[in-house]
Amino acid sequence: MNEHQQTLWEFMQQQSDKLLTQTMEHIGLTFIALLLAIIVGLPLGIFIARKQKLSGIVLGIAGVLQTIPSIALLGFMIPVLGIGPKPAIAALLIYALLPVIRNTFTGITGVDATIKEAAQAMGMSKGQILARVELPLAMPVILAGIRTAAVINVGVATLASLIAAGGLGEFIFGGISLNNTNMILAGAIPAALLAIIFDFLLSLLQKLNAKKLKVAVQVLPVILILLSIVYLVPSAYGTKLKAGFTPEFMGRQDGDLGLKQKYGLKIHTLVISDAVMYKAAYQKELDVISGYSTDGRLKAYDLVVLNDNKAIFPPYYAAPIVREDALKKFPDLEKTLNMLSGYITDSVMTGLNYRTDYLHESPEKVAKDFLVAHHLYKEDQHGSGDIVRIGSKIFGEQYILGEMYSMLIKGYTDYRVSTKTGLGGTKICFDALTNNQIDLYPEYTGTGLLVMLQPKQKIIDSLSTDKDKTYQYVKAEFEKRYQLRWLKPIGFNNAYAIMMRKQQADDLNIKTISDLKRYLDSN
Amino acid sequence: MISVRQLSKHYGELKAVDNISFEVGEHENLILLGTSGCGKTTTLKMLNRLIEPTSGEIYVDGKNVKDQSPESLRRSIGYVLQNTGLFPHYTIAENIAVVPKLLKWDKSKIESRTNELIEKLRLPVDSLYKYPSQLSGGQQQRVGLARALIADPPVLLMDEPFGALDNITRTRVQAEFKALDELLRKTIIMVTHDVQEAFELGDRICLMDKGHIVQIGTPQELLFKPANDFVKQFLDAQRVQLEFKTVTIGNIWDRLPVGGLDNIATTLNENTSVWASLTAFDHQKQQQLTIKNADAIKTITYEQLMAAYHQYQQRPQV
Ligand SMILES: Nc1ncnc2c1ncn2[C@@H]1O[C@H](COP(=O)(O)OP(=O)(O)OP(=O)(O)O)[C@@H](O)[C@H]1O
Ligand SMILES: [Mg+2]
Repeated sequence: MNEHQQTLWEFMQQQSDKLLTQTMEHIGLTFIALLLAIIVGLPLGIFIARKQKLSGIVLGIAGVLQTIPSIALLGFMIPVLGIGPKPAIAALLIYALLPVIRNTFTGITGVDATIKEAAQAMGMSKGQILARVELPLAMPVILAGIRTAAVINVGVATLASLIAAGGLGEFIFGGISLNNTNMILAGAIPAALLAIIFDFLLSLLQKLNAKKLKVAVQVLPVILILLSIVYLVPSAYGTKLKAGFTPEFMGRQDGDLGLKQKYGLKIHTLVISDAVMYKAAYQKELDVISGYSTDGRLKAYDLVVLNDNKAIFPPYYAAPIVREDALKKFPDLEKTLNMLSGYITDSVMTGLNYRTDYLHESPEKVAKDFLVAHHLYKEDQHGSGDIVRIGSKIFGEQYILGEMYSMLIKGYTDYRVSTKTGLGGTKICFDALTNNQIDLYPEYTGTGLLVMLQPKQKIIDSLSTDKDKTYQYVKAEFEKRYQLRWLKPIGFNNAYAIMMRKQQADDLNIKTISDLKRYLDSN
Repeated sequence: MISVRQLSKHYGELKAVDNISFEVGEHENLILLGTSGCGKTTTLKMLNRLIEPTSGEIYVDGKNVKDQSPESLRRSIGYVLQNTGLFPHYTIAENIAVVPKLLKWDKSKIESRTNELIEKLRLPVDSLYKYPSQLSGGQQQRVGLARALIADPPVLLMDEPFGALDNITRTRVQAEFKALDELLRKTIIMVTHDVQEAFELGDRICLMDKGHIVQIGTPQELLFKPANDFVKQFLDAQRVQLEFKTVTIGNIWDRLPVGGLDNIATTLNENTSVWASLTAFDHQKQQQLTIKNADAIKTITYEQLMAAYHQYQQRPQV
């Protein structure tokens, strides 16, 4: 794979089916929400233009809704609307609403009072004044609002992929997790183009003169409806069970690709963010999910790991990776970080994760409790040395490990510590490390092998059964290529796993991934 | 034709219009005159129910306006706004056709009536497909008038129709306005705060102050029989010119020397104002003018005209 660097164009051609599907989903999501926003926002805008006392409240509420971060908004939607297109559309609708309402209101109240009076004096009824005078005169302003809403929606719709609603975000977030720039660009460029094109087309509409505008405004709803229907076109084939996999899992050999190749698993698959996946499985929105074997939510949501009887998910060590120059700068660092080695087994890690993921204890408290229990904890020395910068990815386990390292360094050395937690996926963390923005973060040898090094299949095959061999290979290659050092493994393994609700797995008598395939294939 | 009885409009404490009554006869041209804020516009807008009165009655053609729906009432009353109030998103043709479309006229009728009006109002034909912003102020004003006239309403309300025009354009448009046959058949109430305009165009003038009517009567009555000092002072600044404009050849006929020849080209009739006759001397660069009434002809000089006029002014007041 690495011998010949794939160009973006090759990637797009190779993935043209997916690209087309995602683009259509993206357009569809954008315009269903836009259409709904117009259906709701336009009358509401007209209404508050009539009853201006209510305008403050309505615009205020719409404004507040818009300030909710998009990821959080999607999160709020899930308990109510589940996952998939419904919550995504609802969230997009909420973002599109403010510009539509506000511009309708401004447009209509901005119509010259003498012109409205003239219309009244000619003998027009209220409805006629609205349809023939106020709306046409307000139309450029209203269209500007719709234009803003469309561009916002194209942007926010990339996040729809996090809750299994599809769209170009699948490539973007998949690419970020997999460190695959081509994949990121294959999603980001079309998304940017869509935004530019819609913005341009709507700007043309805005500039039309009154006569043409009238025609255009009558055609617009038809176009919007057609564009909305586009979403339904790629509606995937259904199977008895529904799977939800993370973008990263979708693109990994020890992930969806392996499931297809080695098991021949065919299942209706949605792409979904790790943050909502477990809960969606628990709430029966999804039946089969990808996850980490040490994830605390396994315990919390009563999920079981299906036996990987064909061994496509080899176990991998977790260990801190550190910049070589940082090890030179901080001579005590390696020794200190290695103190943790051997203490944390799989079940210990799962237990710790359970406390943060499910009991919502702070990672700091969990880390401290653990260190105290194992007599590793020492009070902060309040050292005056240089600052060690610790990074972590954006999930519980990484936060806990980050906290432990921070406490150990503060307790046993003279260095000071700054933590940069929640650095998104693998790519962000790794780039931060190679760009000297952090000095270390906890990583997994499998990720190092498959995501960063991407060796030939032959090498992967020769390593994948043996944890230690993998560790040695990755350690050597990282030193050579990136001047990064893998320290001693912490003790637990982290591997991908396929999970189901325990209840359902028992009912269907599914214990292994092959059982799952057999069940899906029966009838 | 129009009868206003004890009409008032109060905004809280402010009595914008306070208990006014007047009548306007058929085909009469009544001017509402007065300083800014005296209640002219308010009065006018109550006539077509753009403003609902606090109290009082309005009858148009014998019918109480309250008994009609505001929409159908307004479609039967032409209204010309101060700033034209043309719809910027409509072409001139569409602007003119607003009321006929509401009345559901068929297309050919609208078209022929529109063509008739733009010819009478001397608007260029190609302006029909332009938008208001592409026309001059004077042209826009005439479009506003066409829009009010198209459905041939018996009553026309005009709020400072020439207010936005420069002096020279205003004089020209006023002259055209006076000459327009369409308007002879209409009952018109026009608002202005321009005294000259009121005297030029009004059959009668209703002078208002602080929501009250101070005096209502013909221009001559206001000039020569002012009801009180307010009326006198209101007109004083322009009295000389107003009097020249108000007094006609007919008024001073008897004071002009008898006898004359019919051999001079320019002949003025008895309805011509003294002002217009004096201007005629200027324009024609002539020593003499011929004037005539129903049964005689007189040839007069500039000095004879001025002398007769001064005698008329000195006459004992009745
Ligand atoms: N909607 C309103 N609310 C309160 N006061 C009003 C309202 N409309 C008019 N007025 C007041 O009523 C009085 C008469 O107003 P109106 O518009 O009739 O005056 P006008 O004679 O037309 O003056 P102008 O020559 O300046 O147009 C003014 O003092 C004005 O401030
Ligand atoms: Mg006024």
